[in-house]
Amino acid sequence: MAIDIHPAPTTRPRRILGMRCRNCGVVQPIGLSYVCPACFGPLEVDYDYAVAGVTLTREAIATRAPGIWRYAELLPVDAPPARGLPVGSTPLLPADRLAPVLGLDRLLIKDDTRNPSLSFKDRAVAVAAARAVEFGVEALACASTGNLAGATAAAAAAIGLPAYVFIPADLEPAKVDHALAYGATVVPIDGTYDDVNRLCLEVADETGWGFVNINLRPFYAEGSKTLAYEIAEALGWRSPDVIVGPVASGAMFTRVARGFEELASLGLIEDRPIRFVGGQAAGCAPVAAAWAAGTDVIEPVRTPDTMVRSLAIGNPADGRYVVELVNATGGSVEAIDDLVTAGAIRDVARLEGIYPETAGGVTLAAAAAARRRGVIRPGDEVVALLTGNGLKTPDARTLGHGDGVARPGEPGLAPTIRPSLSAFERWLGGEA
Amino acid sequence: MSTVRIPPTLRTATGGAKQVEVPGGTVREVVAGLIVLHPSLESQLIGPDGDLNRFVNAFLNDTDVRHLEALDTPVGEGDTLVLLPAMAGG
Repeated sequence: MAIDIHPAPTTRPRRILGMRCRNCGVVQPIGLSYVCPACFGPLEVDYDYAVAGVTLTREAIATRAPGIWRYAELLPVDAPPARGLPVGSTPLLPADRLAPVLGLDRLLIKDDTRNPSLSFKDRAVAVAAARAVEFGVEALACASTGNLAGATAAAAAAIGLPAYVFIPADLEPAKVDHALAYGATVVPIDGTYDDVNRLCLEVADETGWGFVNINLRPFYAEGSKTLAYEIAEALGWRSPDVIVGPVASGAMFTRVARGFEELASLGLIEDRPIRFVGGQAAGCAPVAAAWAAGTDVIEPVRTPDTMVRSLAIGNPADGRYVVELVNATGGSVEAIDDLVTAGAIRDVARLEGIYPETAGGVTLAAAAAARRRGVIRPGDEVVALLTGNGLKTPDARTLGHGDGVARPGEPGLAPTIRPSLSAFERWLGGEA
Repeated sequence: MSTVRIPPTLRTATGGAKQVEVPGGTVREVVAGLIVLHPSLESQLIGPDGDLNRFVNAFLNDTDVRHLEALDTPVGEGDTLVLLPAMAGG
């Protein structure tokens, strides 16, 4: 009797079903694509959650290594990449000293200032880069307001691809330097972020490069869900009452909500309502303006006027979905003046030892604004997403509040002192 | 005549053409003229309200037409209209 040497066909069910149009529901195979060919709507990765849930249990996750890939079943790659930076598993820290300053009873900070390139963008880029390698793109690229520049450049360095980083020409020097350090080709564009983005749409079409936030955007956006997974796990597998985060394009903000929804649908957390509060800079607040006006039609801002460059997107792709989310959950979108943002950066740094970039200041000020509005209530547990590091925006902290010359016991910069104990003692005694 | 640049997603409908010469004195007329030339573009470009689908952004000579006079923006001889997906960036 002949032995059948052919293995039985594997019938392992598929976890990733394809890419589904958010607008019309048409599904197509996974590919380097982000636009529905039928209706021009946005493509999103479609999962079979029943398959994902078989292996994604609290117990299984607890045994896995730190980082975003501990939730691999809910990420749009077939397997974690062989090469990449250690992204995620950032701490969730109680901010008991800052909370009363913002009018809050309980505040926790999700500290994403300490990812490999010092922002949450490493999460999104890690997922996009993993797919980019599978698709065999020649280069990794992005249109950036700053944080993405460093994240894309760092990820490209780690996986050995050339990086093309397109930025507004007047971006903060620290962010430009950061991308250059990782060996990226940085292309400054004489225009706003929205001009850069429009150009990159056409460049992506013509070159076939993997633009993480354009033709890889369906995968990129999924990376931000890991913020929700990590918050839930750190809270002992439950959700907070309120999430406060920055809104630029709205991709991260809406995907954090998606992440919590997924956990609830898988039974990993209880399905409790979460209010979502977004923060924008007053000088570029198209989503806050639409929400305040009671519409989900976003009027684009042509010329953003704010020091908060990481949120200076005048034409936010996911803006209408942010308004939908906020309205559905009883949240708000707050517009924050730059001077208030600077004060919030100083407060969290001096009271909690966490130094965020400008979007973090906007987020904390938005929490205070939402509390004053009554969206955040007494007793609420609030998680604030601090998504980037203050070293990227070094001038922001002192806006309207210079450091001055410090006297003993005061924060600030003391005068330069000769290296002698007597000179120090004269200063300490108030003589210098 | 103005030039309309066609993104890859729409090139099936234009027989592969990357750009199309279209008559019309406003953005609205140029889009309508494009659909006359390539009728299958209508389902992709036009929303239920008869205006441009909300997932399409139109740029006249690299400026978002919403910063101009939207669909009523005048289009001159030799102008370039680019139609791009709205869901990108950030």
